[in-house]
Amino acid sequence: MATKKNTAGNASFEESLRRLEEIVNQLEQGDVPLEDSLRLYEEGIELSKVCARRLSQAELTLNKLGKDLEGKFTLTDEELE
Amino acid sequence: MADQAPLTVSALTLRIKQSLEKGFPSLAVVGELSNFKQHTSGHLYFTLKDESSQISGVMWRSRVPALKFRPQDGMKVIVTGRLSVYEVRGTYQIDVSTMRPLGAGDLQLAFEELKNKLAAEGLFAEERKRPLPEYPERIGIITSPTGAVLHDMLHVFKERFPAVALVFRPARVQGAGAAEDIVASLADLNAYGKLDLIILARGGGSLEDLWPFNEERVARAIAASKLPVVSAVGHEVDYTIADFVADLRAPTPTAAASLVVPDKKAILEILRNSGYTMRQAIASRITMNRKHILHLLKSYSFHRPMDLLRRHSQHVDELSRTMMTAMTHRHELAAAHLKGVEERLSALNPVLVLKRGYTIVRKEGAIVGLRSGLRKADAVEIEFADGRARSTILDV
Repeated sequence: MATKKNTAGNASFEESLRRLEEIVNQLEQGDVPLEDSLRLYEEGIELSKVCARRLSQAELTLNKLGKDLEGKFTLTDEELE
Repeated sequence: MADQAPLTVSALTLRIKQSLEKGFPSLAVVGELSNFKQHTSGHLYFTLKDESSQISGVMWRSRVPALKFRPQDGMKVIVTGRLSVYEVRGTYQIDVSTMRPLGAGDLQLAFEELKNKLAAEGLFAEERKRPLPEYPERIGIITSPTGAVLHDMLHVFKERFPAVALVFRPARVQGAGAAEDIVASLADLNAYGKLDLIILARGGGSLEDLWPFNEERVARAIAASKLPVVSAVGHEVDYTIADFVADLRAPTPTAAASLVVPDKKAILEILRNSGYTMRQAIASRITMNRKHILHLLKSYSFHRPMDLLRRHSQHVDELSRTMMTAMTHRHELAAAHLKGVEERLSALNPVLVLKRGYTIVRKEGAIVGLRSGLRKADAVEIEFADGRARSTILDV
């Protein structure tokens, strides 16, 4: 499964989580210079905030896939509930 | 080619009629009913078909009262009768004397036959199964536009991982034309493409209701799908051919929803743990540096003149201040003093965290912080506040 960018061009949720995991491992191993570790820490905290925000603010969307007269795909919003 | 005396159309038709009717005086045929019509005259007209062929059939009014069921499009039936040619239109058809629906026994047999055939082709092989993305963002769903299945699945997605976009392709999931519609749906979602996986779902029902999911063309469409397919058909006890060929079989539609997305709560927990681990790492780093500076201070003071000592001392103060500013301002550590950092560190002692009910999972001695660090059947050690337990991962 290749990591991918989402439609907005931002890092995907999966990518953000993987990067966070990487940072935590690096900080735990403690072999990065102090300046770098502060920078990593900052990036890590930001990533965990972004991920948490995406989870708690996300709203499920449902679209119905159809086709128009020319056979092109159309997406229509569906009511949730 | 030698010139032949031309035949009249009637003469040719008569010869075809004699040849066919003598050739097939009595037959039994199995197929799917379509275009079923009861004419006002009382005769029944229909088409019998299978994967690639079809034949017309007729049942005369006099035989209709003997029928023990109501024939409908999409039903699998066995008919007996003979072949007849209708000269006026130049067509042939089965003159049906009896018709019965394919029973559970017949269906079971067809199921086993197709299962063996596809298994022999390697369509169910474990190596063909594609892994599902751990954090899907867009999921295609094929199911009935009516019924509770979609609604129930939406509920699970909402609760468990609302950060997904669902693309719903409504399809007939039982009766006439269901298999064709499912095949078309899989093709549509693959052509649309912007998806991480497809869930093919249907609620519970009889063996006949679930039959489209036992059709060869559906099995082949699943196998041909570029996107991974999760089958979620019927109840837990129902197994269909679609289940065997799909990349993952879910016991029910709602189970499928749970299986394909991670649990929001578990991820939030991982995020919290990450924050804790990072703060702890930085805090111990600061402590280490502080000790190192103190050590330097001591050794220099024995050998260097006072001004040098003061310069170093000043440098140390600056370094401390810089670190303090970085810690308090940028990293939300409340410690106004390095000693405070140490106290905080001890308060974050993992043992205290364990006492609050958290556990640490280790694989081969290394801490596993994320589910992705685990594989099925991994032996792990779980550390509780009061000791350790060993465990095996059933599934991830």
